[in-house]
Amino acid sequence: MDEDAGSMKRVVNCGAGAVVTKSIGLKSRGGYANPTIVELEYGILNAMGLPNPGINEFGEEIKKLKRLNAPIIGSIFGSSSKEFVELGKKMQSYGANALELNMSCPHAKGYGLEIGSDPKLVKEITSKVKESIEVPIFVKLSSNVANLGEIAKAAEKGNADGIVAINTIKAMKIDIELKIPVLANKIGGYSGKAIKPIGVRCVYEIAENVDIPIIGVGGVTTGEDALEYIMAGASAVQIGTGIYYRELDVFKKVCKEMENWMKKHSVKKLSELIGAAHL
Amino acid sequence: MNGPSIKSIIKTTKETKDVKTFLFEYPGEIAPGQFFMIWIPSIDEIPMSASCINKNIKGITFRKVGEATNALFNLKEGDKIGVRGPYGNGFELKGKKILFVGGGAGVAMIAPAVEEAVRKNISSTVIIGVKNKSEIFFEDRFKKCGAEIYISTDDGSKGYKGFASDLTKELLSKEKFTSVLTCGPEIMMKKLLNICKNIPFQASLERYMKCGIGLCGQCCMGEGLRVCKEGPVFDGKMLKNFEDFGVYKRDAAGRKVRV
Repeated sequence: MDEDAGSMKRVVNCGAGAVVTKSIGLKSRGGYANPTIVELEYGILNAMGLPNPGINEFGEEIKKLKRLNAPIIGSIFGSSSKEFVELGKKMQSYGANALELNMSCPHAKGYGLEIGSDPKLVKEITSKVKESIEVPIFVKLSSNVANLGEIAKAAEKGNADGIVAINTIKAMKIDIELKIPVLANKIGGYSGKAIKPIGVRCVYEIAENVDIPIIGVGGVTTGEDALEYIMAGASAVQIGTGIYYRELDVFKKVCKEMENWMKKHSVKKLSELIGAAHL
Repeated sequence: MNGPSIKSIIKTTKETKDVKTFLFEYPGEIAPGQFFMIWIPSIDEIPMSASCINKNIKGITFRKVGEATNALFNLKEGDKIGVRGPYGNGFELKGKKILFVGGGAGVAMIAPAVEEAVRKNISSTVIIGVKNKSEIFFEDRFKKCGAEIYISTDDGSKGYKGFASDLTKELLSKEKFTSVLTCGPEIMMKKLLNICKNIPFQASLERYMKCGIGLCGQCCMGEGLRVCKEGPVFDGKMLKNFEDFGVYKRDAAGRKVRV
């Protein structure tokens, strides 16, 4: 979802507190051939290939959302700080309330993770974007790195307003009848229930390394999942694949379940729980 | 879990020079109008409505129009395809008398709906709309199941000379139908929507799809309605609110292109 104004509106009507757009680049990209997705027992594997209409055409979609009752977080991907800055400026001018810098797509050559695994680049891109725009910026990181704490610190040093973790995890599905990978791109990113423990660990690790807010992502399907991320150190969570498990009103359902848990445990403010699992 | 399951093509039938039907084993319930994602290994994966629905055997019927359908067309009995689904909602078959309008290859997915309607004792009339008589398929199948059949050809080589939408207009002025169900070129379906005015109307739409399971947003119409999930069949009320219906669709990059 979140490729056009209509679907973003619907997601907000289904209880989302904010929407993150599809990741948008400078030029239009068709993405990879199908199959771009595989339904697996414990999660979803995808390799879309960053399909998007290009920043100029996407502007129209955001402008249509002027009266939306929720902030729009414009997700952007580029191959250099120059590209990120140009994209950020445009997103801001269309009316995005914040930016998410995608430095973690696990399967797009020259983009995403190829940038997000180098702390120097992460810091440089983050600070360049921060210098040239006013809205808050969040850096989306991947678990597919050995030095996550260091990379999170680099984003913080680049003056990021927050960190988003995690993106999908590099994975593959082979069809044993045909003896070939199912995804046209062979390798994809794994999301859904299976990756939640990895996401929680990453958020916990990032929280030990930085002081800026963290947005937790990866397998959030229930209110309990969201609370786990919050106790690991997240101030908010994102949901994508959860739509697959619990339909579009997963957002309302998760909020309700969190409320119920808080009532039962006499917790008045969610902020009391942020990072509660850190001793 | 619903990953693609690998199926051997157990029967191929050439319906016209560029339309084929493939049958494969696929047990389970399917509503007429629902679709599969068909994987042509190493080539592509595309949505395709079921054209044959039996207890254990299902089928697809398609015209070769691009790289994927060309590759599919060349497969033979015994060759393997991946199948996942069924997905989407399917037609709602109710009322006393239904008019089915199939345009071109759209006739394929209308067929199981007609058969199901007849089984439910609904009086069923079918319009097969094609450019010329060489493109007609499933005529015998409709006759056999007990539906009344009309044919329109653009060039008049068989049946009514003109568009299926014009023939529909004529029929509607003579007979009373409780609903009109259609699948075919979007321009035709849009015309039908306008012609049908207050008659309950359902149309099966086609959009570029990636996931088929309601996640990627590629096939959204109107306010976030997913052709793969809330569709592919939409009723007249919804269609009237889709500003993109009959006007534009989105390409793989999500750019708007004319229908």
